[in-house]
Amino acid sequence: MRHNFGSFVKKESLHILRDKRTMLVVMLIPVVLMVLFGFAISTEVNNVNVAVVAPERTDGVSDAVERLAHNDYFTFCGYIDESEIDKELRTGEVGAVVVFATDYDRRVAQMAEGVPTAPLIQLIVDASNINTASSATTYMQGVLLGTQSQQAMFETRMMFNPQMRSAYNFVPGIMGLIFILVCAMMTSVSIVREKEMGTMEVLLVSPVRPVKIIFAKMIPYFAISCVVLVSILLLARYLLGVPMSGGVWGIFSLSLLYLMLSLALGLLVSTIAKTQMAALLISAMVMMMPILMLSGMLFPIENLPIFFQWVSNIVPARWYIDAVRKMMIQGLPMMAVWKNCAILLGMTVVIMGVSLKKFNDKLE
Amino acid sequence: MSDVVISVRELTKRFGDFTAVDRISFDVHRGEIFGFLGANGAGKTTAMRMLCGLSYPTSGSGTVAGFDVMREGEKIKRHIGYMSQRFSLYNDLTVWENMHLFAGIYGLTKRETEVRAVELLTRLNFSQERNTLVGSLPLGWKQKLSFAIATIHRPEVVFLDEPTGGVDPVTRRQFWEMIYEATEGGTTIFVTTHYMDEAEYCSRVSIMVDGEVRALDTPAHLKQQFGAESMDEVFRTLARGAQRGE
Repeated sequence: MRHNFGSFVKKESLHILRDKRTMLVVMLIPVVLMVLFGFAISTEVNNVNVAVVAPERTDGVSDAVERLAHNDYFTFCGYIDESEIDKELRTGEVGAVVVFATDYDRRVAQMAEGVPTAPLIQLIVDASNINTASSATTYMQGVLLGTQSQQAMFETRMMFNPQMRSAYNFVPGIMGLIFILVCAMMTSVSIVREKEMGTMEVLLVSPVRPVKIIFAKMIPYFAISCVVLVSILLLARYLLGVPMSGGVWGIFSLSLLYLMLSLALGLLVSTIAKTQMAALLISAMVMMMPILMLSGMLFPIENLPIFFQWVSNIVPARWYIDAVRKMMIQGLPMMAVWKNCAILLGMTVVIMGVSLKKFNDKLE
Repeated sequence: MSDVVISVRELTKRFGDFTAVDRISFDVHRGEIFGFLGANGAGKTTAMRMLCGLSYPTSGSGTVAGFDVMREGEKIKRHIGYMSQRFSLYNDLTVWENMHLFAGIYGLTKRETEVRAVELLTRLNFSQERNTLVGSLPLGWKQKLSFAIATIHRPEVVFLDEPTGGVDPVTRRQFWEMIYEATEGGTTIFVTTHYMDEAEYCSRVSIMVDGEVRALDTPAHLKQQFGAESMDEVFRTLARGAQRGE
C-alpha cells in the first residue's frame, strides 16, 4: 500500500490546481485584505490638519509649531484667530486646533522651577471620529511637549508603535482570519464535497485507511497556506513595514501550529456538515464571526462584556493573534508567548482527536 | 480457492432495537451474477456494507473472497471492487488520472498500472479519450468507465450498487454486456438493482423483504415457483407482504 498515499496527495493537488478560480481567490484574498486593512481602513493618525492659535508668537511657541509642522502625520495649516476656531472645525478645514496660553514662554519657565500653573496648551479636536480623535490627541501631546516633556506632570510614551499605525494591529488579525478561511473552510468543503458526490463511499470501500484520506486532503491545503503565510509575512515586512523584531522563525513556527489547528477545525466541520453549503455556512458563521468579534482583531478583548471575554478564551484565533502581535510588534521571542503556544497546541490535539473520532464513528 | 466466493450464514445487523438485516444466509459462486433485490429499506444496503467490510455484523458469520467479514474487513476491501449508484469518479480529473488514482489506491505498481490502464482503455474503445476530463463524458460512458475502474485491480468480486440508475435502456444494455464479459474472466458480480428486467439477466436472484431473504433462486425457477410471468410480478408478490415502509 505504499503508493496510495502519494496518489491521494496528487489527486487532491490536481483538484485544487484545476479549480483555478478558487485558487486565485485563496491567493488574492490575503493580499487584498493586507492592502485594504493596511492602507485604506485605518484608525491611525494620518494627515490631520492642525491650525494654531497663539496670542504671541514667541520662541517657545514657534518651537512647538515647528515640531508639529515637521511631523508626517500632521499638516500645519497656519495661525488663525481665536474667533475662527469653531468655523474651521465645523467646516472640516482642520481636524484639530492648538491654542497656546498667553505668556506661554514665561509660564513654561515658571513651571520648570516647580511653580504650579494652569494648563499651557489647549487642544481642541474634532471628535466626530473618536478613534482618530483619541489617537491624534495622544500623539499630538507627545509631539508638542517634545523635549519639554520632563516638565510635564507625567510622561506618556507609546512603545513599539509610537505612530499607532493600524497595519501593525491588523496584520496579526488578518493572519488569524485567513488561515481559518483557507484551511478550515476549504478542507471541510472539500471533504464534504466527496460525501456529496458519492466518491467518499468508493474511497471508503477501498483499502485506503480513512485517516489517510483525510491527511492526504490536508497536505495540499497546508502547502497553500504556507505559501499564503510567506506572502503575508513578506507583504507585512516590506509593504507595510511591520518590524517583525521578534524574529520571523518564531512567527513562522507559531503559524504552522495554527495551520494544524485550522485543519483540525476543518475536519471537525466536515464531520458535522452534510452539504457543502452547510460546511461553508458553519465555517463562515461559527468560525469567522468569533474571530472578527472576539479575537481582539477589531475590538480589544478588555473592552468586551465579561461574558464575551470568557467566550473569547475558547476562540483559538485570540491566542494566536495575541502571540503574533507580541512577536511581530513588541519583538518578544517565542519563549515569551509559551502560554499561547501551549494553549494552541492543546486545542489542536483536542480538536484533532475529537474530529478523528467523530469521523471514524460516522463510518460505522 | 474454493468455488464459493461469498458465503454468508445467519448474518445479522441490529441498530438498537431495529434489526436491519435478520439472519440472512446464502452462497455466491465464482463467475456468477448474483442479483440482490429488495425494496428501499429492506436492508440491502446494510447487508452490502457488511459484505464490503464497511460495517461489522452484530452476529452471524460470513466470508468474502475467502476473508472473514468479522475480522478481516481490511483484507476484503483489497479483493473487491465497488461501484455505487451515484457516479463516483472525479469529474475534474482525466480518464487517465482517475485510472491512476484508483490503481494507486489498490497498490498496483507503476508498470502494472500502465499495462492495466491501456488494456481497459482498449477494451472500452476509449484510448483517444484518455486525457479527457471525466466530467465532459456522456453519462453512459462514465458509467462504463466506473465499472472498468472498479475492476482495475482484478478483484474477485465486484459489488454494484444500483449501477444503472438514471441510464437510458441502450446504455444499460451495453453496460450489462460489459458485466457478462467480466464474468467470463471469472469475476463474480454482486449487484443490487431496481430494474426487474435487469434481474432477468442475473444467474441467481435473492429478494430481501423486511431484513430477511425471502426468496433465492434462478430467475426461471422463481417465476415458476410464484407462478409469475416476469420477475416484476415475483418481486411485487413478495414485496406486498412487507411490514416496513421506506
